[in-house]
Amino acid sequence: MRKMLAAVSRVLSGVSQKPASRVLVASRNFANDATFEIKKCDLHRLEEGPPVTTVLTREDGLRYYRMMQTVRRMELKADQLYKQKIIRGFCHLCDGQEACCVGLEAGINPTDHLITAYRAHGFTFTRGLSVREILAELTGRRGGCAKGKGGSMHMYAKNFYGGNGIVGAQVPLGAGIALACKYNGKDEVCLTLYGDGAANQGQIFEAYNMAALWKLPCIFICENNRYGMGTSVERAAASTDYYKRGDFIPGLRVDGMDILCVREATRFAAAYCRSGKGPILMELQTYRYHGHSMSDPGVSYRTREEIQEVRSKSDPIMLLKDRMVNSNLASVEELKEIDVEVRKEIEDAAQFATADPEPPLEELGYHIYSSDPPFEVRGANQWIKFKSIS
Amino acid sequence: MAAVSGLMRRPLEQVTVREAINQGMDEELERDEKVFLLGEEVAQYDGAYKVSRGLWKKYGDKRIIDTPISEMGFAGIAVGAAMAGLRPICEFMTFNFSMQAIDQVINSAAKTYYMSGGLQPVPIVFRGPNGASAGVAAQHSQCFAAWYGHCPGLKVVSPWNSEDAKGLIKSAIRDNNPVVVLENELMYGVPFEFPSEAQSKDFLIPIGKAKIERQGTHITVVAHSRPVGHCLEAATVLSKEGIECEVINMRTIRPMDIETIEASVMKTNHLITVEGGWPQFGVGAEICARIMEGISENLVLEYSSCNKQCIPGHCIESKS
Repeated sequence: MRKMLAAVSRVLSGVSQKPASRVLVASRNFANDATFEIKKCDLHRLEEGPPVTTVLTREDGLRYYRMMQTVRRMELKADQLYKQKIIRGFCHLCDGQEACCVGLEAGINPTDHLITAYRAHGFTFTRGLSVREILAELTGRRGGCAKGKGGSMHMYAKNFYGGNGIVGAQVPLGAGIALACKYNGKDEVCLTLYGDGAANQGQIFEAYNMAALWKLPCIFICENNRYGMGTSVERAAASTDYYKRGDFIPGLRVDGMDILCVREATRFAAAYCRSGKGPILMELQTYRYHGHSMSDPGVSYRTREEIQEVRSKSDPIMLLKDRMVNSNLASVEELKEIDVEVRKEIEDAAQFATADPEPPLEELGYHIYSSDPPFEVRGANQWIKFKSIS
Repeated sequence: MAAVSGLMRRPLEQVTVREAINQGMDEELERDEKVFLLGEEVAQYDGAYKVSRGLWKKYGDKRIIDTPISEMGFAGIAVGAAMAGLRPICEFMTFNFSMQAIDQVINSAAKTYYMSGGLQPVPIVFRGPNGASAGVAAQHSQCFAAWYGHCPGLKVVSPWNSEDAKGLIKSAIRDNNPVVVLENELMYGVPFEFPSEAQSKDFLIPIGKAKIERQGTHITVVAHSRPVGHCLEAATVLSKEGIECEVINMRTIRPMDIETIEASVMKTNHLITVEGGWPQFGVGAEICARIMEGISENLVLEYSSCNKQCIPGHCIESKS
């Protein structure tokens, strides 16, 4: 039955548009949801942790799959554009870490807040910006989300505070956003992300102290991808138990390659914060396939075998796909169809990002001050002036 | 403090710089719920220099927050709170300690509106005493006007008297941009006559505008903060010798009101800049460079600067 359907579907896809194959696929009986076992989280100062089973609905599963695939393809497209020198400057890619950004978003509300460091394209997407706006920002065009003036590390969206270039500086910022959540008396939390490299920054410990003292609704999240640039965690940290580094702050260590594990842990952490108990810390164990940035091949400090092993055994998209197909939540064809749609979306966005013009030189001086009347800005010498409007 | 300042509402009453800053913050805290103050010892200690006296009693823990000794951490927290829509006043016990947090002031606060293409404003005030005090040694005596004045995206003000202090702190709090307010510890206790306009709850001094404190024809003397007072004293002495100084109180370091200085120099042909900071790459050097760029070829200009000595510490000159 399945083979026949697949054959008919293939033929029809070739001759007509989506609707035909959609109808065929929809006529199959998929399960509405399925229950999965997920890895138990290591706990620090917590009696109980997130549940070890979770229910995934077909709808959620398809959505997570599409989102992760979009982030993956977007990052790979950015790699391609960078090698073509259409993207220049810094470009830090997060392929391999899709379960983190999609899983975190699945565990919170759009009214919650999120701030991260420079490996931010995935989060920019999951927080609501389009691939078009993101790629156009990477290529430095006027259609970019920061009008081409921010670039890879400085993208902002509603309740998303970037995109921050200085390692670790975003952590006190996140604690401050959490302070605002508490000050305003709304039930909101702030997810404050940093990497295994940043985890040794002193200002993070200052932020831990104040967040715990003042019971700020801040979820500190260490995205541990095992390497800070080229320095492995063993060579950087006296204690690599990042989930315990908050000391007096309870923590959990989460499998960051399993989106369901990330989702459940996030739900747990958010509930903890919302109940007024103060901050909590999550360590997501994850992996990046690319090097630190586009100027790093990523193989001088780690082996190709290691990268290949993670790709073949722990790829987050593959893990979700296998689960869904094996539990009859989706078919291989259906997911392939999503792949095709995603590829097209990325291709269109890349076309736009390549063709869109750069911001006009007259606007170089814009947005220096907010809410101010226009004024003049000195250019490279005293006879060159730029207008600045807010 | 509020009760006492109620008694102060008579024309030409004497108000110290400390009281003026206190009044300014009190009025803005009352006016806008989103305004709050954080820093070391600002609450229960009433402020290390008593500038925030009475505010914690009046507004409580939510609005007046004592922080641990963690400048980088609490400055970052303040900037984050501003990004999320609050209007923090972040006090540095002295600006020497702001060096620990300077990354948050410049990279997280000053540059963000620009980098975000105008999406993310940061309405924050960083305030505290700046420059030399009485014998506090090298590490506690640095003037940061030139350092902060260097950076686009930041506004930097430097009040001299009580009127300046109140008007500028209120403008800074209402401004939607990061504003650095460089106060002076030795000025805190100095009383000045408070004009009646300054007693209004909406008394604001515009950021970016200098004030001519004394008209003159022979030489333009430009200063900011405490040295303005010294310049006025010097002007009185010189007047007896027939030299009339035009004393300009900069009030704002960035954006600098070069037009007022230019207009004065066109009149006098002589300029001297006076500041409490080091001369190299300083405020006076910037004024001189701008004047040189802006003046017409026909103008003859003589320039000199009076600065802190180029030593790490501070030395009080003997009177001669």
